[in-house]
Amino acid sequence: MLNTATAAVAAPPVTAAKRLMLSVNNIEVVYNDVILVLRGLSLEVPEGEIVALLGANGAGKSTTLKAISGLLKTEDGEVTRGDITFNGERINGIDPDQIVRKGIFQVMEGRRIIADMTCLENLRLGAYTRRDNGVKDDLDMVFSYFPRLKERTGLAGYLSGGEQQMLAIGRAMMARPKLILMDEPSMGLSPLMVKEVFSIVQQINRDLGVTILLVEQNARMALQAATRGYIMENGKVVLDGTAEELRNNEDVKEFYLGGGNEERKSFKNLKSFKRRKRWI
Amino acid sequence: MTLFLQLLVNGVIVGALYGVVAMSFVLIYKASRIVNFAQGEFLLIGAWTCWWLLTSWHLPFWIGFPITLVFMLVFGVILQVVVLRPMIGEPIISVIMVTIGLSIVFQAAMKWMFGVFAKPFPPIFASPTTNLFGLEVQTVYVVSLGISILIMAGFGWFFKYSRTGLAMRATAFDQQVAQSLGISVRRMFAMSWAISAMVSAVAGVTVGVVNGVSSALSIFGIKVFPAVILGGLDSVIGAVLGGLIVGVLENVAQYVDSQWLNWGNMYEIAPFYVLIAILMIKPYGLFGTKDIERV
Repeated sequence: MLNTATAAVAAPPVTAAKRLMLSVNNIEVVYNDVILVLRGLSLEVPEGEIVALLGANGAGKSTTLKAISGLLKTEDGEVTRGDITFNGERINGIDPDQIVRKGIFQVMEGRRIIADMTCLENLRLGAYTRRDNGVKDDLDMVFSYFPRLKERTGLAGYLSGGEQQMLAIGRAMMARPKLILMDEPSMGLSPLMVKEVFSIVQQINRDLGVTILLVEQNARMALQAATRGYIMENGKVVLDGTAEELRNNEDVKEFYLGGGNEERKSFKNLKSFKRRKRWI
Repeated sequence: MTLFLQLLVNGVIVGALYGVVAMSFVLIYKASRIVNFAQGEFLLIGAWTCWWLLTSWHLPFWIGFPITLVFMLVFGVILQVVVLRPMIGEPIISVIMVTIGLSIVFQAAMKWMFGVFAKPFPPIFASPTTNLFGLEVQTVYVVSLGISILIMAGFGWFFKYSRTGLAMRATAFDQQVAQSLGISVRRMFAMSWAISAMVSAVAGVTVGVVNGVSSALSIFGIKVFPAVILGGLDSVIGAVLGGLIVGVLENVAQYVDSQWLNWGNMYEIAPFYVLIAILMIKPYGLFGTKDIERV
C-alpha cells in the first residue's frame, strides 16, 4: 500500500536521450484571485512522446493544460508561482495567441469547433498563424486522415460528435504545432469511436512527430496510447512513471482501470477502498 | 409613373447606402456583440473631415477622399484602443452605453467645430445629374451605387475567403476558441472598428455631397437599425437586403403619401412598421442565424 508514496517520490527520470520539450515546474494556479486549483504541480513532456495526464474530475487536469496554453487568462485564472518552460523558454504569462505561434496548440474539451462555419473553413482557421505555402498540402493531408470530413460540405455544427472531434484534431494538425495539448478527446463518444480517435492520436504522433500531452478520463485507453503518464489529485501529481509501470500499478488498477485484486470484493474490503481513496 | 420609377431608383440607391452602413454596423456586432449607437457619427465625422480637406486645404476630391478614409481607419483603431479596449470584460450593456455616450460627444464636438448649419461640398462632378435609362439621377448617387456594390462584394469576399475575415468570424463565434487558434482578439476588435469607421465614412461623404454636410447625417445611424434588424443582426447579406428594403420602402411610402394619403412624414416611419411586421413572422430577422443545437 505504501508503494504509491515511494513511486511518487522516486519518479523515474526522463531518459536522457530524449530532449525535454515542456517542463512544468511547481506551478500554482489561482482562479479569480481566491480559488487555488493547482498546488505545486510539476510535469515533464519529452519530445516526440505521448504523455497522459490522468485523474478524477476536478483534479485540475484541464486547468493544467490551460495554464500551459495560456487560455487560463480568458477564465480569470493566473499562474501565481512556478514556471512553465517550452523548449528552454519560459512561457507563463504570455498571451494565448502568442503561445500558439510558439508551437503549442490546445484541442479544448468538448471539441469547440466553430459551428457556423464549414469543415473547410474550420480547418483553414487552424492554419491561421501560418504564413507558409504548405497549407494547401496540409489540407489534403488532413483529409487523407479524415476522409469523412471531405464529404461533409455543410456547417460543422451539424456533424456528429465523432466527426466534430476529428475536425478538432484536424484543425490542430493544420497549425503544424510542435506540441498538442488534447483535453478529453474521448468525451461523449461511442467505444468504437474512442478507439478510432486514440489510434489517430498515435498515428499523428508517429507520422508527424508531434508531441502530445493528453488529458483523459478513460485511463485504460490513455495508458495504452501513451508512453508516460502522470496521475493527478487535488491539484498535484501523486504518481508518475512510464505507461507500462502505471498499467501494472495496483492502485492505478483499482482506482482507474477497474478490477484490480480479485479478493477485494467483500464489504469489508470496500471500506478499505474508501479509506484508501486518497493517494497521500 | 415616371415619378414612381424615379423614386424606386432613388430608393435602391439610398438603400444601397443604408446597406453599406448596416454592413459596417454588423461588422462590429459580429466581432464583439456590441451594438454601436455611434455608427451615424462615423458618417458625420467622415463627411466633415472630407469637407474640411476639400474646402480648407483646397485638395481635389480624389486626394481628399482617400486621406479621409485613411484618417477614419486610424480614428477607428484609436477609438477602440483608447475607449473600448479598457471595457473588454465588462458587461456588453455597459459597452453599449459607452457607444451612446460617444455618439453624443461626437455629435456635440462636430457642431462645435463646424457649426450647426448644413454646408455644401464644392462641386465634384462635371454635371450634377446623369441620365440613367431616361431617369434623372444625381451623378454622385450613380457613383455611390457603384462604390456600394464594390464594398459589398469586398465584404462578401473578406468574410468568406480572407484569413482575417475568417478570424473575425471565429472571434464572433467564441473568443476563447479564437484565442486557442492563435487569433489576437484585441487586434480583431480594433480592426473591426477601423473598417467599420472607414466604410461608414464612404457613405457619409456620398450623402454629404448630395445634401450638404450637417448633423442631420447621423440620422443614418438610426435608419440603420431597421435595416440591420430586418436582415438579422449578424448577417452581412441580411444587412444589405435590409438596407435596400428600407431605402425602397421610404421612397414608396413617400410616393403613396404624396399621391393619396397626404399624412406627411410617412417616409420616416414606414420602415419601422414593416420592421415590426417582419419580426412578428421571423423573430431572428430575415437572415439571422439561429443557434445550431445538436440534441
